[in-house]
Amino acid sequence: MRTNGTSPADLVLQAACRPALATRHCKTTGPGMSEIQTEPAAPVASPAAGPKLPSLMSRRWRGMLEAVAIPAGAIFVSIILFGFFCAVNGANPFAVYASINKAAFASWYAWQETLVRAAPLMLCALCTAIPIRLGLVIIGNEGALVIGGLFATAAGLAVPHASPLATQIVMAGAGMLCGGLWIMIVGALKYFRGVNETISGLLMNYIAIAILNQMVNGPMRDPSSLNKPSSYPIPDEKMLQPIGSTSIHWGLVYGIVACVIVWFLVHHTTFGFKMRTIGGNIRAARIAGLPVGSVTLIACFIAGALPGLAGMVEVAAVNGSANESLNAWYGNSGILVAFLARQNALAVIVVSILLGGLLASGGILQRVHHLPDATTLVFQGLVFLVILFSESLYGRWKIFQEKAA
Amino acid sequence: MSAGESLGLWGVPVAVLAGAVRGGTPFLFVSVGECLTEKSGKINLGLEGVLLMGAMSAYAVSCQTGSPWVGVAAAGCAGMLLGAIHAWLSQRQRVNDIAVGIAMIVFGSGLAFFFGKPYIQPLATQLPSLGFANWSGNPAVRSAFRICPLFFLGVAAAFAMRWFFKSTRWGLYIRAVGDKPDAARAMGISVVKVRTLSIMAGSFLAGIGGAYLSLFYPGSWTERISGGQGIMAVALVIFARWNPVQCLWASLLFGGAQALGPALQGVGVSSYYYLFNASPYILTLVVMIATCSTKQTLAGAPGALGSGT
Repeated sequence: MRTNGTSPADLVLQAACRPALATRHCKTTGPGMSEIQTEPAAPVASPAAGPKLPSLMSRRWRGMLEAVAIPAGAIFVSIILFGFFCAVNGANPFAVYASINKAAFASWYAWQETLVRAAPLMLCALCTAIPIRLGLVIIGNEGALVIGGLFATAAGLAVPHASPLATQIVMAGAGMLCGGLWIMIVGALKYFRGVNETISGLLMNYIAIAILNQMVNGPMRDPSSLNKPSSYPIPDEKMLQPIGSTSIHWGLVYGIVACVIVWFLVHHTTFGFKMRTIGGNIRAARIAGLPVGSVTLIACFIAGALPGLAGMVEVAAVNGSANESLNAWYGNSGILVAFLARQNALAVIVVSILLGGLLASGGILQRVHHLPDATTLVFQGLVFLVILFSESLYGRWKIFQEKAA
Repeated sequence: MSAGESLGLWGVPVAVLAGAVRGGTPFLFVSVGECLTEKSGKINLGLEGVLLMGAMSAYAVSCQTGSPWVGVAAAGCAGMLLGAIHAWLSQRQRVNDIAVGIAMIVFGSGLAFFFGKPYIQPLATQLPSLGFANWSGNPAVRSAFRICPLFFLGVAAAFAMRWFFKSTRWGLYIRAVGDKPDAARAMGISVVKVRTLSIMAGSFLAGIGGAYLSLFYPGSWTERISGGQGIMAVALVIFARWNPVQCLWASLLFGGAQALGPALQGVGVSSYYYLFNASPYILTLVVMIATCSTKQTLAGAPGALGSGT
């Protein structure tokens, strides 16, 4: 952005940066996904590279196997570690596994509970998964969800005479707009002032929660909500309805659709290509003339709009009004989903369902095994640490590597 | 806050001043610890988890043994263990230290909530306090200026660390590793060892900060006890330009900001109570916006910080 024209120094830099663009891509995303990554980047990164089709196919196949096998192995290892943790604390690990499975996936009722929790997780995970393509680690998910839910409620209450559909559209629009602006602030602070986006995002979470508390205890407070200060409720007939005869609400569809759109945006559009180039090497991207600022701001807006939508869904389908239940840690769990899915939007769908199942089992662990409700949090932390460790394993095993031709 | 009730409007500055010392102490420990860690070239965002773990273990140990000082030691050791995990994991290839920090926040708070569950009810022996306003006839002023000995320990740690960085061989090693790891390696210094020790020592200090939270002020163990102070302290290190003594002044400023909300409520200004409670977070953001820059690296910033080398 701040390079004016092309000076000789820039040309040197450019020459130095080009190979770096390709290698940094592999480094930040791991060879597992690097095939999808570097394929469109090839013309910019290394014009000379023209890999033969068969070898490309085999590399892609082995790379994909690695990208599935290593996270799966990491989850397996963390399940074993969690078993040890349970055993040390006096619970039979196999009984705990059985309970989690029972609460999460064993019956249609359990599946519904799981999927209801998976919906906000998907939307929140994308808030971390999109900006990381730009090289930004943004963890303001919880704040964007809270702000989205709060302003969606305000907007829904501001149009008392609108039809249910119109109310929902207004609520979703307000939630996405405010959530998007919220994360855009984080992106703008990084871009214009160089403020560390991870720290500012986390601080914004606390500020969002303070704004929520201020609003539901002050201007938006329903005087009849005594124990748990809440806003006035959204009328029942205007709530998001469940799908068919299930207890699953439409938020799940929003989540899946959002994941597919984001996946397409990141991997198959020029905007996604710009994002990945900036994430690969920001100096090279600037020299190539990419509009780093506007791409950063737009990407952050999209990233924040999705948890904002999750907040709207939580209000309009689950809570019925804005109150501190909005701050239910979906945003923070979404960070884990994004890292477990290795920032791939399609993998986010699967991982959200897995984690949704784990969250659904929190109650049964407490009732049956007398484990505190923080048990699921310990498990999340364990999975998170093991999955990060597994990042260092990519490219270690020969079976996943292309054979030297 | 008791100071506000009997002093009228004068209660606000008194409470803010007292709060600067009282609420600033955890910031002081965490930021001095983070300063040491960052000087070696690694970021440890997980100090939020360390703070919670320290608060929980100090409270639990003080409950069990009846001695708060054993609790403080236990908190430091618990922090050091979490720091060891961070040190080991963040120095693997291709593993991002910021991501490890986020994971450590989740893991540390999970462990703290898990093991802390039985200690939410019982009372633990608290740390003693030294009265600095016993001359005053006003009990509100007297209680406002009761200061925990840990505060002076923290001040000593800040000055000692400045001396350590400036005048000792080990301080030089840490600075070298943080600025130019390759050069340090060429000098024959083990980068891994220096960073591991720096991260563990930094987490030890942060754990003591946690002990202060649960054993002095606010002086109980709840799951919301830290409220992001670990993260604010990390931001504060940037504001303090990686200088331990400036960390002290910045901590006092943040402690004062934290006391503002309750103090205003004490004198009857309660209309924006929740927003005033958010003032430390807002202040942190404002300070970061004012001090960071995209144009040049900040003075005092370790060269290898955030570069992944």
